[in-house]
Amino acid sequence: MSEPATSEAEIGPGPMAFGCPRTDSLGDVVIHPDRERWQAVATELLADGFTMCIDLTAVDYLTYAAPRALPAGVQPERFEVVASFMNQERRERVRARIQVPADDPRMASLYELFPGSDFMEREVFDMFGVVFEGHPDLSRILMPETWEGHPLRKDYGIGSIPVQFKGAPGPR
Amino acid sequence: MTVTDSASTSSVPGGRLGLLPRRDAVLRMSEVRAAELADSPIEGENDQTMLVNMGPQHPSTHGVLRLMLEMDGETIRRSKPVIGYLHTGMEKTGESLTFLQGPTNVTRMDYASPLFTELAFSMATERLLGIEVPERAVWIRMLMTELNRVSSHLLFMATNGMDLGAVSMMIYGWREREEVLRFFEIVTGLRMNHNYIRPGGVAADLPDGWRGEVERLLTMIPPRLEEYDVLMTGQPIWRGRLQGVGVFSAEEALALSATGPVLRSTGIPWDLRRDEPYLAYDQVEFDVVVGSYGDAFDRYAIRLNEIRESLRIIEQILDKMPKGDYRVGDAKVTPPPRARIDESMEALIHHFKIFTEGFKVPAGEAYAAVESPRGELGCYLVSDGSPKPYRMHIRGPSFVNLQSLPHMMANGMLADGVAIISSVDPIMGEVDR
Repeated sequence: MSEPATSEAEIGPGPMAFGCPRTDSLGDVVIHPDRERWQAVATELLADGFTMCIDLTAVDYLTYAAPRALPAGVQPERFEVVASFMNQERRERVRARIQVPADDPRMASLYELFPGSDFMEREVFDMFGVVFEGHPDLSRILMPETWEGHPLRKDYGIGSIPVQFKGAPGPR
Repeated sequence: MTVTDSASTSSVPGGRLGLLPRRDAVLRMSEVRAAELADSPIEGENDQTMLVNMGPQHPSTHGVLRLMLEMDGETIRRSKPVIGYLHTGMEKTGESLTFLQGPTNVTRMDYASPLFTELAFSMATERLLGIEVPERAVWIRMLMTELNRVSSHLLFMATNGMDLGAVSMMIYGWREREEVLRFFEIVTGLRMNHNYIRPGGVAADLPDGWRGEVERLLTMIPPRLEEYDVLMTGQPIWRGRLQGVGVFSAEEALALSATGPVLRSTGIPWDLRRDEPYLAYDQVEFDVVVGSYGDAFDRYAIRLNEIRESLRIIEQILDKMPKGDYRVGDAKVTPPPRARIDESMEALIHHFKIFTEGFKVPAGEAYAAVESPRGELGCYLVSDGSPKPYRMHIRGPSFVNLQSLPHMMANGMLADGVAIISSVDPIMGEVDR
């Protein structure tokens, strides 16, 4: 928890929320928590009345063409897990973007704090191969259990099935 | 006999697993393990539970939902929704389609309310583009999505009736829904999968005589809803099948991220149309219908009354429909009218560029959410400045609501399980995407 402080001292502190760098994306509040602090940040969010984890997904930034717009002190990584939280009392939303490196794609599960993240974390695991530690049953959800690979990764090919036209000569 | 409260309390401080008293009813078992169990010998008298598959080919599983049920006689102890049978990688497909082609893809997700997915996708794209759609387009979008809510809830009335044995209700529900779809066909050319709401506005203006058609629907549907009341709402058998079945508490619904009628049935008045108004919902009057018991009957009654509220909104839209353009004037986003192409070189170039390359969307990320008939339908878009979304994610309310099924069905009868699946109203196209 102390290591971001040094980098802020050099660049100057940007806006912060829930102990993480905070940015604004087209009017939405976006926080950039550190992967190690994810559970603590989620606990703070819950304590602040963000009772519902409305969405959890991920993005694979492997082939992203534009420069990554991240606040100072946040190291861009290949995967980014994006979670949205809702405070129904104040009618506010917060979106958290967590950087997850490709060589160690694991982070803490939200299951105990936000049990509704169960299916969504399973989907991210299935599609991106991000491992959520502490999830009670991190198994594939949309793909068959025996499937290999993670389809929404950018290096996973779309694949194609050759179309056979009636009467057309074969490839050989 | 009870399956609850055997797990230890949560290891994370402030954890909310304690709010889910029936969390042990979630069956967490792989296919391999289930297959192993099938071969194991019966171990005497106490070996009483049995794993049963329901679906994916079952008339009351709304398509291809499969449930792995641990049955104790006729009682469901634990269950696991097994999904993915309709998974066709639509989010992956969305990455190779332009922003203009996107709605053709997303509209096929929730096939009972296709216009809502188109709307969420278009709103997210418009946020990235930073454009405001014209007034008339906003009101046309409202008219069409509210009619879509009516048709979707009518479909629910039909399937809910059928699942519970009121087979004639199935015919009535489909009949009324077809009338609404007929109006969609007049406006969009298609009964379903319209690709009508597009980034920048809508595909075409409302045709001549649309007002008469909508008025016809407004006079036709309310008396039919009265008939439904006679046939179902007040009927003792209907009430007996639904009341007190699949009870869900507000704490459970919030913890499990449930939205839409499932959340509102527990008494939480949360409706994005009122609480985070999009389009022009702040300019129309309507009530958010909530339940008080959180049971299957509340979820049925909420949907029935939401049809009435939607009709009320549509009446106000008829009065307030503004004149003007039905899509944004930005030539980079909107294809030029056909006549302009013959006279203007620029128009020809724009037309060619939009339909070959697509329009470029500034780099960034945006989330837009709408209140679909099933709950919060969100679209998360990431653009890297190219004409195709870098990542397109749809937050499907059916997908998220499905996690509450094992909690609702715990220690209930198998026949009630059918009523509960029906009351959650999942659309598998959107669950599996």
